Amino acid sequence: MIHVFAFYLFAVLTIASGAITILARNPVHSVLWLILAFFNAAGLMVLVGAEFIAMLLVIVYVGAVAVLFLFVVMMLDIDFAELRAGFIKNFPLGMLIALVLLAEIVLGIGAYKAGAMHLGTPDGTAITAPGVSNIAAIGQLLYGRYLFLFEASGLVLLVAMIGAIVLTHRQRPDSRGQNIARQNARRPDEATINMKPEIGKGMTL
Amino acid sequence: MIGIEHYVVVSSILFVLGVLGIFLNRKNIIVILMAIELILLAVNLNLVAFSAFLHDLTGQVFAMFVLTVAAGEAAVGLAILVIYFRSRGTIAVDDANRMKG
Repeated sequence: MIHVFAFYLFAVLTIASGAITILARNPVHSVLWLILAFFNAAGLMVLVGAEFIAMLLVIVYVGAVAVLFLFVVMMLDIDFAELRAGFIKNFPLGMLIALVLLAEIVLGIGAYKAGAMHLGTPDGTAITAPGVSNIAAIGQLLYGRYLFLFEASGLVLLVAMIGAIVLTHRQRPDSRGQNIARQNARRPDEATINMKPEIGKGMTL
Repeated sequence: MIGIEHYVVVSSILFVLGVLGIFLNRKNIIVILMAIELILLAVNLNLVAFSAFLHDLTGQVFAMFVLTVAAGEAAVGLAILVIYFRSRGTIAVDDANRMKG
């Protein structure tokens, strides 16, 4: 009973916050509703026993991606009212396409439920063993069968990081960077001098 | 009891909401990126639901890879957005015609 209640709570909140994400006037509100949608989707995933992906969703999306979005939305000085100009004009076409798409998907689900199609069965190599926690089982798979894919996804993240840094980095003319060669070429005898000032007299450098 | 169909319906509605978001906010590329995130979330939800109901963990591993690609896409997309805004002073998609595409 509580399972059904929790499912409907998370599902309704996910869909509602997803809808407000795309309809909100202010993109800052959009990002915050997107965070709520991700939280509730993580709740849906916890309900089927996928704790690891759910926690990853919260950490990666709420902790990193949503903050990145918020940062960009708040940093850029954008006239959002002007960007919203075509909203009403695009509404009928967008609604039509969305309805057609939804009808197609629902038709597909209906055809599946009517028994016209058969899903494939898993090959059993990644079966969930009883008594092993979700995280341990996924760890076994990631560092075993999918090791190369795991490394490749790490490479994807590395390339994305370098790409983002290279794209947004700019050399300003007035910035005072560190000249490492000049710093290394500096010797103590040209950097310091020994003086012996007489008592009562000033010192000139 | 909650079956796989419930999850498929929720994720398909979320997917359609993401597509609708792209159509409605055609000028605002930030909201378009958020709509893409919604679409990827719907796909992830589908993968995880099928993985759980078929008792096969491959779907969850694949959902993790989708998550990785989505994070990288958001980072690079927002970086491009920032340099575009820096050089043009606007992020309206209609004005993005510098490459004459």
